[in-house]
Amino acid sequence: MTVRWLRAALAGALVAALGLTGCGGGADESPTGRDGGGPLTVFAAASLTESFTRLGKDFEAAHPGHTVTFNFAGSSALANQITQGAPADVFAAASPATMKTVTDAGDADGAPAVLVRNQLVVAVPRGNPARVAGLADLTRPGVKVALCAEQVPCGAAARTALDAAGVRLTPATLEQDVKGALAKVRLGEVDAALVYRTDVRAAVADLDAVEFPESARAVNDYPIVVLRAAGNPAGARAFVDFVRSDAGLAVLTAAGFQAPPGG
Amino acid sequence: MIRPVCRQRTPAALLVPAALGLVFLVLPLVGLLVRAPWTSLPRRLAEPGVLTALRLSLETATAATLLCVALGVPLAWLLARVEFPGRRLVRALVTVPLVLPPVVGGVALLLVFGRRGLLGSWLDDTFGVTLPFTTAGVVLAEAFVAMPFLVIAVEGALRAADPRYEEAAATLGAGRWTTFTRVTLPLVAPGVAAGAVLCWARALGEFGATITFAGNYPGRTQTMPLAVYLALETDLEAAIVLSLILLTVSVAILAGLRDRWVGVT
Repeated sequence: MTVRWLRAALAGALVAALGLTGCGGGADESPTGRDGGGPLTVFAAASLTESFTRLGKDFEAAHPGHTVTFNFAGSSALANQITQGAPADVFAAASPATMKTVTDAGDADGAPAVLVRNQLVVAVPRGNPARVAGLADLTRPGVKVALCAEQVPCGAAARTALDAAGVRLTPATLEQDVKGALAKVRLGEVDAALVYRTDVRAAVADLDAVEFPESARAVNDYPIVVLRAAGNPAGARAFVDFVRSDAGLAVLTAAGFQAPPGG
Repeated sequence: MIRPVCRQRTPAALLVPAALGLVFLVLPLVGLLVRAPWTSLPRRLAEPGVLTALRLSLETATAATLLCVALGVPLAWLLARVEFPGRRLVRALVTVPLVLPPVVGGVALLLVFGRRGLLGSWLDDTFGVTLPFTTAGVVLAEAFVAMPFLVIAVEGALRAADPRYEEAAATLGAGRWTTFTRVTLPLVAPGVAAGAVLCWARALGEFGATITFAGNYPGRTQTMPLAVYLALETDLEAAIVLSLILLTVSVAILAGLRDRWVGVT
């Protein structure tokens, strides 16, 4: 008796649970005309947070009827979300490698374009108490360094730059994203971190940037693309054109990004 | 011992939500099993970083549990047996790490035990000890997050225990310390064991406070949850494999301990 009850209940529960997971996927078709506006979802690398937030407002002002929502996170996490079916219209990544996981999965509509480039600097606490002048100083005893983990773009770039400089370095920590590395400098737990120039530009009150020549060997391209799952493809194209326009690039370069080559 | 009421029909009003609850808890695990790359599993298991992270996880979780037992059992006793002003406030404070997002806990630990922290700068100046980015830092972060589980479990056991045994010991001339070690502790041993197991499990899964306070470096501070998170950045399958290893080992250990220590059949 009890067993039959249990079986029936379990089956019922399973059906209910499967039913719950079954619906709710898939992006809703948004009620968008050819250029009639509508909601727009942009997945963008965390380092684009400040400039894209500003550009989103500018875009909404220039294109009445469009509303832009952002999802800022580490590029790799965003790429994972997109390949797992997250509904998004535009993806801006912090590295071609993360963009490649999206294009390889067939989730991009067309080929990505290089939006901007970003370069590494050594972030040090304001005043540079450890007197770091270049990569070689990071190996000095007593100098604690935070790097990004090699799985994320800033870590891969740091590895390339360190290799180019022939510097062998044991960091105190390999952070999960660039903001984590930055936080460790701001809290005074490390003396230096390899981060993007734009990250230091956004935190000038606490940090100084030490430029180093080898960073030219590890320049990061930021590709941007319209996604195939876009519910608002016309709006998505308009947004990509907008951020790549002269006005858009002016905002991005003011934040410390470099314009793309030949752009 | 409370015996379940057998030989009676289990009411559907309880059975259905119970089954739903079970499915809700187990279904994500099924998801992991379904997506696991079974063919490449042996090769991935043999990767050197995996065992290092697993060993570090088991060692730090165990050390954190020992620390929690050493400090948490007396704290639970204090809360359960000693009347003092502000006891309710202290009890609420003990649960703070439960409600605090672990990342915030990690930042808070840095502000106290960090190089520039309230105590950390003194530790550094006086003893040359710095805790962030060390294995000891991992233990500290895990203990901070896991200790409330132990304290709550032990305090509950103490409150449920009959105080007349302790009173009897006292009338026979036993001091408070003797009563505690000879009467109270054996009485609540199952509660301590259950709390320690819970505490260990929480420490094993700790991510936020650990990566914030102790950072991430293979072999030194990279525990399994940190390895899983970073694997997720590039390789979903590797992340699933690491999660399954952590799950299998922890469930095996917990099941083994439960039978041996807690005496629950």
